[in-house]
Amino acid sequence: MLGLIVNPVAGVGGPAGLAGSDGDAVQRRATERGATPRAADRALAALAVVADARPGASVLTAAGPMGEDVVRRAGLDPIVVSRPVTPTSPADTVAAARALADAGASLVLFTGGDGTARDIATALATDVPALGIPAGVKMYSPVFAVSPRAAGGLAAAWLAADGRGLPVHEREVLDVDEEALRRARVEPRLFGVLAVPTRPGRTQARKAATPAGEQAAVAGAARGAASAMRPGVRYLLGPGGTMTEVARELGISKTPLGVDVVLDGRVVQAGASEADLLEQLAAGPAKAMVSVIGGQGFLLGRGNQQLSARVIRALGDDPVMVVAPEQKLIDLGGRPLLVDTGDAEVDVGLAGYVRVITGSATTSIYPVHAPEHEGEGHAP
Amino acid sequence: MTDPFVHPYIPNTAPETRAAMLAAVGAASVDEFYADVPADLRLDRPLDLPEPLVAEQDLARHVEDLLAKNISTRQRLSFLGAGTYHHYVPAVVDEVIGRSEFLTAYAGEPYEDHGRFQALFQYQSLMAELLEMDVVNVPTYDGYQATATALSMAGRMSGRRRILVASDVLPAKLSKVHDFVRVHLDLEFVPTIDGVADVAGLASRLGDDVAAVWVETPSCTGALEARLGEIAVAAHAAGALLVVGTDPIGYGVLTPPAVHGADIVCGDIQSLGLHQWYGGAHGGFIAVHDDPRFIMEMPSRLFGLAATDVPGEYGFGDVAYDRTSFALREEGKEWVGTAAALWGIAAGVYLALMGPQGMRELGELLLARTRYAQQRLAAIPGVELGDGATHLREFTVDLTGTGLGSADVVEALRAHGIEPGVPVDEHRLLVCVTEMTNQADIDRLAAELDALVQAQGHPASAPIHALQEQNA
Amino acid sequence: MSLPIAPKPGIRRFHQARWDEPLVFELSTPGERGVAVPPVERDVRTEVGDVVGALPDGLRRATPPALPELGQMRVLKHYLRLSQETLGADLNVDVGQGTCTMKYAPKVNERLVSTPDLTAMHPLQDADDAQGVLEIVWRTERMLAEISGMDEVSLHTQGGSAAIWANIAMIRAYHEANGEGDVRREVITTIFSHPSNAAAAKAAGYDVITLHPDADGYPDLAALRLALSPRTAAIMVTNPEDTGIYNPAIREWVDAAHAVGALASYDQANANGILGITRARDAGFDVCHFNLHKTFGTPHGCGGPGAGANAVSAALAPFLPGPRVVRDRDRFVVEEAGPASIGSVAPFHGVIPNIVRAYAWLMALGAPGLRAVAETAVLNNNYLMKKVLEIPGASAPYAVGRRRIEQVRYSWQELHEETGITSEEIGVRASDFGMHYWTSHHPYVVPQPFTLEPTESYSMAELDEYAAVLAEVAREAREEPETVRTAPHRQTVHHTHHDDLDDPDRWAITWRAYRRKYFGGTAA
Repeated sequence: MLGLIVNPVAGVGGPAGLAGSDGDAVQRRATERGATPRAADRALAALAVVADARPGASVLTAAGPMGEDVVRRAGLDPIVVSRPVTPTSPADTVAAARALADAGASLVLFTGGDGTARDIATALATDVPALGIPAGVKMYSPVFAVSPRAAGGLAAAWLAADGRGLPVHEREVLDVDEEALRRARVEPRLFGVLAVPTRPGRTQARKAATPAGEQAAVAGAARGAASAMRPGVRYLLGPGGTMTEVARELGISKTPLGVDVVLDGRVVQAGASEADLLEQLAAGPAKAMVSVIGGQGFLLGRGNQQLSARVIRALGDDPVMVVAPEQKLIDLGGRPLLVDTGDAEVDVGLAGYVRVITGSATTSIYPVHAPEHEGEGHAP
Repeated sequence: MTDPFVHPYIPNTAPETRAAMLAAVGAASVDEFYADVPADLRLDRPLDLPEPLVAEQDLARHVEDLLAKNISTRQRLSFLGAGTYHHYVPAVVDEVIGRSEFLTAYAGEPYEDHGRFQALFQYQSLMAELLEMDVVNVPTYDGYQATATALSMAGRMSGRRRILVASDVLPAKLSKVHDFVRVHLDLEFVPTIDGVADVAGLASRLGDDVAAVWVETPSCTGALEARLGEIAVAAHAAGALLVVGTDPIGYGVLTPPAVHGADIVCGDIQSLGLHQWYGGAHGGFIAVHDDPRFIMEMPSRLFGLAATDVPGEYGFGDVAYDRTSFALREEGKEWVGTAAALWGIAAGVYLALMGPQGMRELGELLLARTRYAQQRLAAIPGVELGDGATHLREFTVDLTGTGLGSADVVEALRAHGIEPGVPVDEHRLLVCVTEMTNQADIDRLAAELDALVQAQGHPASAPIHALQEQNA
Repeated sequence: MSLPIAPKPGIRRFHQARWDEPLVFELSTPGERGVAVPPVERDVRTEVGDVVGALPDGLRRATPPALPELGQMRVLKHYLRLSQETLGADLNVDVGQGTCTMKYAPKVNERLVSTPDLTAMHPLQDADDAQGVLEIVWRTERMLAEISGMDEVSLHTQGGSAAIWANIAMIRAYHEANGEGDVRREVITTIFSHPSNAAAAKAAGYDVITLHPDADGYPDLAALRLALSPRTAAIMVTNPEDTGIYNPAIREWVDAAHAVGALASYDQANANGILGITRARDAGFDVCHFNLHKTFGTPHGCGGPGAGANAVSAALAPFLPGPRVVRDRDRFVVEEAGPASIGSVAPFHGVIPNIVRAYAWLMALGAPGLRAVAETAVLNNNYLMKKVLEIPGASAPYAVGRRRIEQVRYSWQELHEETGITSEEIGVRASDFGMHYWTSHHPYVVPQPFTLEPTESYSMAELDEYAAVLAEVAREAREEPETVRTAPHRQTVHHTHHDDLDDPDRWAITWRAYRRKYFGGTAA
């Protein structure tokens, strides 16, 4: 059964010219400027597609503006399992998502932006698949469908897939500093992951070799990285699922959100701080190993406290090894990879093209851009 | 710009249409479309090709006249094999693969190309019965590629490099396999004994670095391997796979290699309803058991049954489309391309026509005629059989005792309209018999060869007293 | 109702043949025979005895194979019904299978190749008896040499990917002969090149470097320069790529490769729009390949047999596969491959029926015909592009506003965002109108892709018809999406459930596997 959570204030800040919608102050200001909540309309567009395919279907949801109203408007049957406090807060979203999971939702749809995605991830992790209906201003997390109707199409396909659902893949939920965004500097941090359904390519002739499954592709890239690691060299493994896979390939465990230092197949420092890393670098040759975070293509950002500009400088020439499955590059849709360490000289040194390890015998060459001017953001 | 050149194959060369289309796209001429081609890369002259034969009757006459220079195995008595075989092609086979739909389809979905999927699923299934294995691929290029891929699969699955080659392999096939696998695998030859595998020698060479033992049965001399079971046991004990290259033509009467423990069975389907085509019609099959470890290493497409919205409807699709979610290794699984699907459909039609009885009768006929030809030729003084193994369809004769070289025999008999076989080396000839060469044909070959040997007057062929007279 | 008959509607009311035909195994009737085999002659039997009984125990088959038993007419009928349930290029406006070049395979060629003068030839016959076929092989090689500008040609391979393999195998042999086999371990290709380029390179033992295009969709020369090094064995590129975009810097690409001692390999699967316009050799390539079943009009056969042609420079000629056809004054002879050859890549001389078909196709067209083929293919493509881009929701990413060569990779992304309908769903619904299309090679760089290549074979009216069908399906996606989502409705079978195909416990690749898994091994 589907579940639905609507973040009723999501998207309020956007058209009113305010970045993001978090914070009561911003929400009040937006309403003063005449902004009307868009989230409900977007959710309705998605549910309309579901209603076409399954008229009158039941949808687990939260009361009132957090989903019940929209479900009813779409001609579907709401089953309310959670009641929010008004005005709604992140805690309401988390509670609602937990309630949907407990009630047996097999797929949770949510409207909102990155903030809502974080709340859903807090509640569900990867236990229950989730899919975002885009409605917020910020959508750095690749957990959203391309449009409300596309989300509805995926949900309809989920229901149609004979109870076996669709394949799900882990997608990063990113954390963007609101204040930094308002100062027009953006560098997302990895917050967590959600399990997001995808529509498999089933039709069309396989004239070419079958594409690697996403899991296999990540594993392949990780194998490539592992086989490229040299003895006596310290590798600073950054955050993200691909780096976790590299660790698995080496037979070690890794802190998923932090930077771990690996030397000759052993972890010599887990969850290192910037100071820790500088100390490690003094001990011998080293390289940073990173993957591509999120749909925006960030390799390194100022928000990354550990792999800072100072650390990159200290690594010397050719400081970074990039590891990612080819699909991550393709998902960028032609946009360049991004580095923004806060140090213009370091950024310029990293910009140009980068070699990305995509498999044990394959690499790709991809463009990398640095911010041209201090203070300008990269928001699309 | 070209002058208006209207051609029956190109409808939009009709001048009014061409003008209308150019106007529709707002182009003054087609040159605009080549804007990205640099001027210094543009060919500044017409291609130097023969004048076109635009009238169909002129084209037909030209090609027919050329092909009429050929003298085929309809007019020559042929005992040629060595990879391409003269088997009978039933008319229904040609009719089916000549149908426009099958002939010109390509890569549509299992909806609009449902018939193609079913025909190929049936091919897979018919071969599976013949070979007693649950998985057969949509055909690859030919038996050479199928064998190279089968060995590569064994290498990928085991991570080992050595391949023990236990049989005599057709040189051209070996050449292909070697070049294809040499980066990943090392071929090591265990010389055959009396035409078949040296099982003891194999066993002594097995180790934990052997990916597979490769047996060919029939071998390139037509010898059947009778000890596959022992070879399989030895290979498996060492953690190696048994890869068997074979021809499906004999499995109406012969035990399929899988029954003896072969893990991957491969070969060519040309014998099953394909004309000789001057060696130009081949398809490769790879058969394995229904084991995901093997299936995930197959580069070919695999068609499988699927249900549809309507009960009782047969749907089809690609099996394990996202294959590598199970894969041991993501890279190096070769490629899938346009290969030999129509030949697969032909082989399926052939097997459906022949049925179990036909295949059994054909197998018996081939065994009988092979044995008969062996006996008739071995009866000629100075002619010896190449080995003592049981042969299917092909065998070698050693002419050393006649004083004739194999090339001499070929030249002489060609003058009489006979292709006696393929020289394997200076003294040995590979002779092939099929259902197309009957007793009279074989008798004629024997008689001609006998006459040749007699005329040669080698001591071995002459009576003792004549020899004494010569030496006197 | 009576005459006159009303005009036909704009979109034809197509319905695919639907026979609901069982599997051939289900038609089996014990004792029926499809074709009989001659008996063993009595004298032969007398001489050899019971040959089956004399087989060693391990060799004699214990039980007959479970092949079905059908009378001849029933086999014919069964397969003809399956043929009717297949949408060949001869029957539909097959412009949807981009990069496959689904052009007309002239019927006269079928008649020409089916003579016993060709079908009954054995490749090891006396060359004197094979002068016709040898001459055709030789002349076809010479014509392809002229078309490509290269020095020597081999027709041994059986398909495009096989030809790509032969090219990389020759490149590998070349570097080994120069003592650089251990050093040159890398091959560079692009993300839009056919996946077989990377796959063949990997199978040959190379590490593969993939370049992504620049923002305009053109191959990125700066990225190439970064990737090239003394470790580069070759660049392997397709041009024009499946986007239909020609790389104007192709010569610079080749020069950059040569500057580091690497070779340049040209995948010319997409040659149809540039025949007689520009040639591989003139851009400096060392090896190239063609697909005879694409550019040169041989039929696709449900997925083969095709045929590949390798064309190489004189420096690479010693590495060509064998055997070779050589002209000796007014005769043609067969020569074994030289000592440097990569050996036999396939049995004998290649796919002879397709070589002869390609020969006839070339002879029917000649230089002016090939020029007309290329120009018309390109005109047809740009015409169709105009019609397709008039459909709301369709776009042609990259090179916006520029002409294309012979195909275009389109995107339904806008329509998808608006309706949630995917490109694949649109393709399936199109089959209800007797049309189909191919989305794209993997990976899908263009989102919601569909790739159309009209070739020169279809009339303007047919191109209009195809575009009209796409427009109709796009309209349905907006106005009645459930029709599209639950398609097909007028096809041989209904919407197919594919989940079983990915589960090892459930998949059935053969009838016997199906019976075993679901019916305990008995007939279903």
